[in-house]
Amino acid sequence: MSPDPLLSVSHLTTVFDTPDGSVRAVDDVSFEIRAGETVGLVGESGSGKSVTALSIMRLVQPPGRIAGGSLSFKGRDLLTLDERTMRTVRGADITLIFQEPMTALNPVFRVGDQIAETLRVHGRASRREARTAAVDLLRAVRIPDAASRVNDYPHQLSGGMRQRVLIAMSLACQPSLVIADEPTTALDVTIQAEILDLLREMKSALHLSLLLITHDLGVIAETADRVAVMYAGRIVETGPVRAIFREPAHPYTRGLLASMPGGRPGRRLLAIDGSVPLLGALPPGCAFNPRCPDRFEPCTAAPPPDYVVGPERAAKCYLHDRQSAVRNPQSAMGTDATR
Amino acid sequence: MPLVEVSRLVKHFTRDAGLFRARTRVSAVDDVSFSIEQGETFGLVGESGSGKTTTGRCMLRLIEPSSGAVRFRGENVLDFSSRRLREARRDMQIVFQDPYSSLNPRMRARQIVEEPLIIHRLGSRAGRQERVAELFRLVGLNPVHLDRYPHQFSGGQRQRIGMARALALNPSFVILDEPVSALDVSVQAQVVNLLMDLQEQLKLTYLFIAHDLRLVEHICSRVAVMFLGKIVEIGRTSSLFVSPQHPYTRALLSAIPVPDPDAPRQRIVLDPASVDRHVVLREIAAGHWAAI
Repeated sequence: MSPDPLLSVSHLTTVFDTPDGSVRAVDDVSFEIRAGETVGLVGESGSGKSVTALSIMRLVQPPGRIAGGSLSFKGRDLLTLDERTMRTVRGADITLIFQEPMTALNPVFRVGDQIAETLRVHGRASRREARTAAVDLLRAVRIPDAASRVNDYPHQLSGGMRQRVLIAMSLACQPSLVIADEPTTALDVTIQAEILDLLREMKSALHLSLLLITHDLGVIAETADRVAVMYAGRIVETGPVRAIFREPAHPYTRGLLASMPGGRPGRRLLAIDGSVPLLGALPPGCAFNPRCPDRFEPCTAAPPPDYVVGPERAAKCYLHDRQSAVRNPQSAMGTDATR
Repeated sequence: MPLVEVSRLVKHFTRDAGLFRARTRVSAVDDVSFSIEQGETFGLVGESGSGKTTTGRCMLRLIEPSSGAVRFRGENVLDFSSRRLREARRDMQIVFQDPYSSLNPRMRARQIVEEPLIIHRLGSRAGRQERVAELFRLVGLNPVHLDRYPHQFSGGQRQRIGMARALALNPSFVILDEPVSALDVSVQAQVVNLLMDLQEQLKLTYLFIAHDLRLVEHICSRVAVMFLGKIVEIGRTSSLFVSPQHPYTRALLSAIPVPDPDAPRQRIVLDPASVDRHVVLREIAAGHWAAI
């Protein structure tokens, strides 16, 4: 039996109210993150992966709002906390690393002061202690010459170094969960490799859990223990990383993996037809059905429920209908009860 | 004779002196030479700031190079008068990275694709309309949508419009500057297939500028690796990817995340001090050169 998860997201639904009606950016999303593991959340632009991250942090801004579900973190539901209590969790126990390190840092403050501020806001250090701690943190994320870099402004650092500063900041209060939203997308591939190595190292040194959000299946393969694949606001497949890459259960996952360059050079790639649907104009039934090579009658009728497709695996696809259908995705993510 | 031959291309950017700063000169492209054979796809790879995009733009004189030569069918494009250059550009086109910013949002798709024909005074009005519809079909779009504006198309479709515009004048050489990197993962393969199909159908020669090495390995016959304005390694893709020689190429290749959880990871970290910028390219194996 697996231990209680650190974070359990169940039936999370986040909508954006537009003049043309409300749009479900995150639609009935459930998954869990256990202590010490890395969960990869894969999806394309508009799939709802970043809104999922913001929802967990309760940082969704109007016209967006969390319309339902629960976020059970260390035994309490984050959605029921008052804003004041939430503020003690956010940035301390759960932290978020953004994609664009230039916009996430304040350009008019020294990076050391920005790290120190995090510590002081959460009452973890006095002014002087915070200063020393900032240098230690910069050293921990392997910024060379940390004692003088602490006085730099963000523009004086390279993109990779800025991302290291953000990682240092996110680790300042010893969080138990770090959410990294496309942490390496804006970076060059050699710098990306360094940042991923750093995240991995920090994760095991500090016994963190990591929710890594990305569109890059290569990054997922190198980093994640378990994977959740999002498409048009829903999680269409979940499972251990090896199982998903060896035997994808959802046609979307299968299509993504098959479309990657590889095989004999010069051969045509196995592309997925069509394009990502707009959330305001989703097709009836399964949102992937217009692009799906395996589409059959039920696909256009109603959105598919989760089907258990293996140990700790679930997929929202009617192809698996003959196996036992499970309505509760929560249990599909666990090891017991479903088999 | 190669179709395109770039020799000793140099582009300096000067940064004016400031109150507390002396005038500085940056070599974005520093003595770059390579040639592209008719019908091949030549890859130019490197990270941001390596000079790969500047090289591409200098070849079309979208940026004026500081020195060197760019021979197209044997003639040096850098010697051309502006009139002659405009003629030459019919034959050499470019597709930009970002289909969201490279198409004029106030123009209909029809106008975007037709514009090069008008500029070069080709065809009658009716003839142009027919050609535009034909181009639309060629890139896999439905001519019914010709009167839409760019924002009414998806990213992949917009890149197809960019391609249709580039092909309007029947070029033989097209520079593709990161043509799929701004697109959603699930549509990249479609556009890559389109590019490969068009190449075969229209006998195009491509310069493919990219940072996605997996894609370069798949579609390019030869590749040059740029690092800080210089080519540090150049050769057949098969040879270069299998036995990279330059420390930077090795680091770059080892940094690509492989979409296989069981792939062995052996990160090679580049020690910038190990790269001597003054080493010249030498031939390691047949057609495979490295600056080591």
